[in-house]
Amino acid sequence: MTARPPVFTKFKDVQAELERSGSAIFRDADGVESLVIRNPYAITYIHSYAEDSPFFLGLAEGRLRGSKCRKPKCGFVYATPRGHCMVCGAPTEWIDLPLKGRVHSWTTCHFGSEAFLKETPYNLAMVEFDGVGSLLLTRLKDCGESDLYVGMPVEARFEPNPKYSITDVWFVPAR
Amino acid sequence: MPQRRTTASRRPKAPHPPRLTPVSKGRRVYVVSGGVTKFAKAHPAMDFRLMVKRAYDYALKGVPNLTADRIDGSRISYFSDHFTRQLKAASMVQDYLGLNPKGSVRIEWGGATGGECFQAGYEAVASGRMDVCVAAGFETMSRVATWKGNEFIALASDTNFDFPLGGFYTGYYALMVVRHIYEYIRRKKFASVTDEREAQRLAMAEGSRIMSKVSVKNHLNALHNPYAQYPKRLTIDDVLKSEMISYPLTREQICTMSDGAACVILATEERAKEFTDRPVRVTGVGTGTDTMRLADRPFGRVPLLPHERAKDYEDLEYPGIHSFRAGRAAGIEAYRMAGITHPNRELDFIELHDAYASSEIQTYEDLGLCKYGEGYDFVEQGDPFLKGIDYGFPAPRAGAIPVNPSGGLIACGHPVGATGLMQAVFAFWQLQESIEKHFRDAALQLKKPQRGAIHSHAGTGSSVTVSILERGFP
Repeated sequence: MTARPPVFTKFKDVQAELERSGSAIFRDADGVESLVIRNPYAITYIHSYAEDSPFFLGLAEGRLRGSKCRKPKCGFVYATPRGHCMVCGAPTEWIDLPLKGRVHSWTTCHFGSEAFLKETPYNLAMVEFDGVGSLLLTRLKDCGESDLYVGMPVEARFEPNPKYSITDVWFVPAR
Repeated sequence: MPQRRTTASRRPKAPHPPRLTPVSKGRRVYVVSGGVTKFAKAHPAMDFRLMVKRAYDYALKGVPNLTADRIDGSRISYFSDHFTRQLKAASMVQDYLGLNPKGSVRIEWGGATGGECFQAGYEAVASGRMDVCVAAGFETMSRVATWKGNEFIALASDTNFDFPLGGFYTGYYALMVVRHIYEYIRRKKFASVTDEREAQRLAMAEGSRIMSKVSVKNHLNALHNPYAQYPKRLTIDDVLKSEMISYPLTREQICTMSDGAACVILATEERAKEFTDRPVRVTGVGTGTDTMRLADRPFGRVPLLPHERAKDYEDLEYPGIHSFRAGRAAGIEAYRMAGITHPNRELDFIELHDAYASSEIQTYEDLGLCKYGEGYDFVEQGDPFLKGIDYGFPAPRAGAIPVNPSGGLIACGHPVGATGLMQAVFAFWQLQESIEKHFRDAALQLKKPQRGAIHSHAGTGSSVTVSILERGFP
């Protein structure tokens, strides 16, 4: 005979018990008992950057690449690249973005997804570039919440040991 | 004055002029009943099937002539398969409700899932495909830890360019409100302050204080709503001093994870009369979309509502990351269909998607309750507050157009697939004047409301629905 899992009336205690033993019983205000178990789930995805690949390969070479609509009458310039223009639908070509820009908006995250909790607090910024019609989302390093403001000049830094992720580029206050 | 940004050297031209063809309204569609479970941090004693069953049974109980055999089919919504870890969960709901072999389809549209499900039910009836359609939705977000849940939600951002930077929706909305405050408080109210950093500091403090009033309002309204997850009395200071999640958004300015379900029953005019003498008519539906990545939002011109003029926004680059173009587009479509030309005069209340106190203020502007740039003054003047409730600060124009009289997402909770349907249920009860019956408290009942709107919003504004509901009885 195995014992029944321990009974709790607070969901928080159920969660703690699951971490300890993997099973618990939750009893609600009406006395209804529910058996709760721990059920882990892990997956590795095969993630292709597909048409965005040159951007991520570029980061590894210290290049920040945007894209520009090939249609001369349109010519929209994107900071975050895309294979086709959202304004006119024509294909785009790769261009090098300036490595200096300005903070269009910013925040400091004191929490984050589970995967990023250990990195908190971190700054996110939308960066704007002269002559470019869209923005780039990035981490902003080497500065704290009280240093940040809209319009702040910033410049790009690149990961010397590339992970082939958007985190291979980040920005710092311009020197 | 701070310098205008110069990045938008090439920007899309003015928005396309509005379509002038008459809206095809199809058959008249009515809401005849609704039900919701209490929204809670966790309902471990109910799985998603039982939650929906409870909401569905409650709805059926309200209309004794509507027996299950009169139902033609359903539309069932939930946002994320990750939360349930049960694919085809909507099939299991259909099964559990005993609606097999009738037609059904699962609806998913990010945070706007519930609002979209409501409109899918509307379309099933308006098109003539069904005479009676159940629209039901749920989410069971307690099945993972809160920060894992945030990760699931953040997967609704671009996984190449956005998610790996921190994967955090509150962070995205914080970026938006920082810019909103810059555009409308720093550049207007503090235009004369020459020290840029000082001006922005003052503007952020002002914006945070006003956002906190929205949080106080919604939590306080919810004290009279027994279905709400977090009803409470707060002060502006309590909100400002609650934990900082992503600057400037504090914990009390943000909705939480919830378990819950909601259900609405929609019917043709003929059927509606058989089921209830207090039906509510759906007179307008609208949807809008925008780019998935915030970074791609254009810097163009504002699509105007009938009561606005191009010169109102000569200096405004739109939507950028400060406003929700999808919300504006959804509003334009829904208002046009319902014949609304001046929303804040012609609507008696709105249940809108306040996942963040900031996005409630941004949405006032998108929906034309005030002009772009006037959202903060709109709060200060008190328009979105309820008359007769003491919020702890003056709200001189309280009652002008109550927003989230139920408490909204901030206080009711946000079980995503149920949320938009919960708004529909609360709006239905408002228009039926049956709030007291369902809440066992009359405090939130508006006096003889004729017309209300519900607004459901997804993914940093990548999709939004607006539906207009009207009293359908004398």
